[in-house]
Amino acid sequence: MGKRDYSLLGADGKRAVESGLTAAEWYHSDVPRKVMKDLMARSDGPAIRDTVTLCGCMILFAGIGITLWPSWWSAPFWLAYGVLYGSASDSRWHECGHGTAFKTPWMNNVVYEIASFMIMRNSATWRWSHARHHSETYLVGRDPEIAVMRPPEVAKLVLNFFGIMDVIAFFPRILSNAVSGPTAEERTYVPHNEWGKVQRVAIIHVATYGATVGLAVWMGSILPLMVIGLPRMYGAWHHVMTGLLQHGGLADNVIDHRLNSRTVYMNPISRFIYWNMNYHVEHHMFPMVPYHALPRLHEAIRDDLPPPNRSIAEAFREMWPAIRRQVLNEDYYVRRALPPTAKPYREDLHQYVPGVTQPGAAE
Amino acid sequence: MPWIDACSRDDIDVEDLIRWDHAGQTFAIYRSPEGEFYATAGLCTHENVHLCDGLVMGHLIECPKHNGQFDYRTGEARRTPACVNLRTFPVKIEGDRVFVELA
Repeated sequence: MGKRDYSLLGADGKRAVESGLTAAEWYHSDVPRKVMKDLMARSDGPAIRDTVTLCGCMILFAGIGITLWPSWWSAPFWLAYGVLYGSASDSRWHECGHGTAFKTPWMNNVVYEIASFMIMRNSATWRWSHARHHSETYLVGRDPEIAVMRPPEVAKLVLNFFGIMDVIAFFPRILSNAVSGPTAEERTYVPHNEWGKVQRVAIIHVATYGATVGLAVWMGSILPLMVIGLPRMYGAWHHVMTGLLQHGGLADNVIDHRLNSRTVYMNPISRFIYWNMNYHVEHHMFPMVPYHALPRLHEAIRDDLPPPNRSIAEAFREMWPAIRRQVLNEDYYVRRALPPTAKPYREDLHQYVPGVTQPGAAE
Repeated sequence: MPWIDACSRDDIDVEDLIRWDHAGQTFAIYRSPEGEFYATAGLCTHENVHLCDGLVMGHLIECPKHNGQFDYRTGEARRTPACVNLRTFPVKIEGDRVFVELA
């Protein structure tokens, strides 16, 4: 394939549309309708429990951190608070953006807005970028959320464990959004009627960070920034660690999530922080299944999936060498063997759906 | 306006839907919690995903891909990313059969 053009306005994106790749129907494992309805059923209980636990822990750790500040004895509590602020916010942003975490819509929306602020994402643009990520997962030039672009820039991946690349990208963009609404690339996936909201959200974010910095200057201390802002950096490592595993080292430009996504068994703490997104093949194949039902979905379709990685460490042992090989050969990817019970990987582009233009039909 | 015999009443569970293809078009036929039947275009107006794999919650159908939602009685788009209303079609019941009127 050669050099990839990840620009949403570039040649690869145009080629993906022209070839029919973007209109293709993705592979789905067979799940009986009644089972799927049960899996998709919504409930407020699990997410309320988890949100109360998360907020309680954040208040506790930040409170102890503030009490012990500026002693180094406060450091462990900041590290714990930071992971909840700078990593758990990623999964809350994600699940509430899908609208599946809670049954009650306003609960999803409230947590989504707060988590978006914490993870430094404009809630009005990222809702749409994530929709594109699900429609066109790892299609080069179409998916705006490709975490590991090829050839990988390993130094940038490492720096992002401390949120450095994300934060550097965030502030110019949120300032631009506050002044003039969505950027040219964002306008390719955010509908026109949402552009005003993009600007309003950006103004709120900028004002909040401005007030926090002002308070820090007035106090002559970075303490306010330890609570708001900096944990997006010192607590980012967990969501970067788990986020890289979602698709890192796997295929791009395919229409079978078993080829481009990874399911990893994780410890209970990571699963709480990550809200079960370690079941990532399952999530991409059936995005309307709430996080708390993903383990059941995994059991229902596991015979049709590549074997999951048994731990975070094992998954990194698969992914990291692949990323390093991609530095020299960007076309390399890990293609995992399917069990004998699985259907073959989907290599064809389409199944017929009446009313949808077929690829090549106009040629 | 022809009325087309689409399916049996018992083909659709209460608070559920099925896919129905006819004459090169695809549709979704619903049975509400009250037992009433409705029909809409089959594809989400956001990105051509078929609604037949979505979840019916009361009078809403949720797109299985991005959670765009529609009131299937009126076709009104109720949640982003769906912004364009869904086309609806009249439905009548004769005996055990569900008929859809196609324009």
